[in-house]
Amino acid sequence: MTWREMEISGWGRSSTARVRAARPERPREIEAALAQAKAADKLRPRDLIARGGGRAYGDSALNDGGHVLLTTRLNRLLGFDPRTAEVVCEPGISFADLLATFLPRGLMVPASPGTAFATVGGAVAADVHGKNHDRHGSFGDHVRWFELLLADGTTRRVSADTDPELFAATIGGMGLTGLLRSVCFRLLPGARPNVTVREQRMASIDHFLTAFTEIRETATFSVGWIDALARGASLGRGVLETAEFAAEERPFRPRKARAVPVDVPHVVLNRWSIRAFNELYFRRVPTGGRERLRSVAEFLYPLDSIRDWNRIYGRRGFYQFQAVIPDVAAPVALRQLLETIAGAGKASFLAVLKTLGRAGRGYLSFPIRGHTLALDFPRGPGTDELLRRLEAITLDHGGRIYLAKDALLSPASLRAMYPGLPQFEEVLRRVDPDAVFTSDQARRLGLKPPR
Amino acid sequence: MTAVPDTWLILGASSTIARAFARAAAAANANIVLAGRDVSDLEATAADLRVRFNQRVEVVEFDARAPATHAQVFDRAKTFAGPSTLNLFLAFAVMPTQAVIDADPRLVQDIIDTNFTAAVQILQRAAILFEEQRRGRVVVIGSVAGDRGRLRNYVYGATKAGLHAYLQGLRARLWRSGVSVTTIKPGPVDTALTFGSDRLPLLADPDKVGAACLKAALDGREVAYVPAPWRLIMMILCAIPEKFFKKLNV
Repeated sequence: MTWREMEISGWGRSSTARVRAARPERPREIEAALAQAKAADKLRPRDLIARGGGRAYGDSALNDGGHVLLTTRLNRLLGFDPRTAEVVCEPGISFADLLATFLPRGLMVPASPGTAFATVGGAVAADVHGKNHDRHGSFGDHVRWFELLLADGTTRRVSADTDPELFAATIGGMGLTGLLRSVCFRLLPGARPNVTVREQRMASIDHFLTAFTEIRETATFSVGWIDALARGASLGRGVLETAEFAAEERPFRPRKARAVPVDVPHVVLNRWSIRAFNELYFRRVPTGGRERLRSVAEFLYPLDSIRDWNRIYGRRGFYQFQAVIPDVAAPVALRQLLETIAGAGKASFLAVLKTLGRAGRGYLSFPIRGHTLALDFPRGPGTDELLRRLEAITLDHGGRIYLAKDALLSPASLRAMYPGLPQFEEVLRRVDPDAVFTSDQARRLGLKPPR
Repeated sequence: MTAVPDTWLILGASSTIARAFARAAAAANANIVLAGRDVSDLEATAADLRVRFNQRVEVVEFDARAPATHAQVFDRAKTFAGPSTLNLFLAFAVMPTQAVIDADPRLVQDIIDTNFTAAVQILQRAAILFEEQRRGRVVVIGSVAGDRGRLRNYVYGATKAGLHAYLQGLRARLWRSGVSVTTIKPGPVDTALTFGSDRLPLLADPDKVGAACLKAALDGREVAYVPAPWRLIMMILCAIPEKFFKKLNV
């Protein structure tokens, strides 16, 4: 196995790490990499974390000073049963590949994050959700089994029946139980290449909440875009998008990917430029709403058409905040969160508001039934402080922060937000007592011991 | 796309470029025979091609260094291809770094045996088959390193230079039977071989290289540099007089 010293960062570019990385292309090389990481010389921490598409925003897939296993070349489909719609694949396959393969056959990935560059391994580790969570749950809900290489070098095939604890610790477990070698999950039938997207203006957060109450029961996909700088009576105004698969065919024309070629100087992004952008985004939808035909990719991955869009926040990078608030507390908590954000005047592009339908199957699964708010903050003076205030509001209302986005959460808050944590730790004591699998995030949050 | 899909026999099919080529060819409706030493890995690639592209795929165990296995590879491929046109993609090679080679002179034998001797033995055997078939495509991975011997890669480069010369002759021979022989000269590609060497300049994406190999083959190109700018780079490199070139740390 060849190792290479390299510097990597989270998608938000606010967290970085110097690591020793390997990029296996064959399954047996995963074992070799684990053995070599465990046998590293004394100066090097003998630990390892898997890294897929590198789309986690913070330090989830970083392991400063230690080892990282890059999975992107382990991207093969190992099996597919058309009768059950079950797929078996290697962990490094991307959602883009899954979509390209199965959407033409009328099958849809059951849950997809907002970027098709994410991988199935990452989807398991973060138990990702998408714009259809109310209807279909998160990725882990559709996983039948997976093969996991454990710290002791053995490989187990794990399902909810064979080892329910290890299964629940791995779904949403941020890669801390072992290395995935393969994943079996079920696709959803009834998909079409295009969706009809209905867009409606929402005058305030109250309008949003009322609208969501109804559409979360009926719409296949739904997502709200909020102007996070709007205040007063317009607090939480935005655009609600719902989408259904369209019977109509439209010739598929791949979009030309544009790229952000340089790091945008941070003076370009300020509260005025972003306010103007958000205003335009709101106004482009007519007052009476509108309907448009979109490809599934255009709808699910609006930012994927701009390669390296994370450079728009400049060299200092950015943080993404994402919290879910239980339904009962949502009206008050969302208002508080939005007031705090708008009051801080921190430049942020559109915020995303979605509903989540039910709790995930993992001990550390993010989803619970509730409303989830996500938005970016350019890193700068006062940003850490703002995020701590948002964390406190979230905690006060029984909400939780999404670990795939997190870079700043404290161990105490984590414990309060995730009641499944003791069970998670119990499994780790069993399968990884020496903390072979660890990340910068895991050590920051106390999920794994310090070195 | 043709009505009867072609069949590509890929030798050294676990290599990064071969995998990418197999996907490109299967996406273009070809059936595939994957040949190499790591059969369990090839079975995974075969499954991938079947699921993604609905093509017929077969795995054959093959070791370039064991001439006794060569004949059965072509027999199996011929049977699998049936009436369809059989094409050949030869991708196997070894490339230890020059420092490793210089430290152990015995390694030279292995590099020459694999990259040159085995390739020529196999292609000589293939030539007979292609002369009988009277159509088809032969694609062989050479290297820009074979265009000019240089300090950091000259044993590997020498094996590829020999291969290039051999392919020129083979091209002339098979042209007479309506068979094209394409020499691919890749610049540095982002493969498992190059992953460890952070000195290398911009590495090409293997998927693009795989697609470029297929296009070059189907266009009947004689020699193709991939990515294309390497033709120009090598023209410049080859124009430097040896007197100066020997002093460069390249």
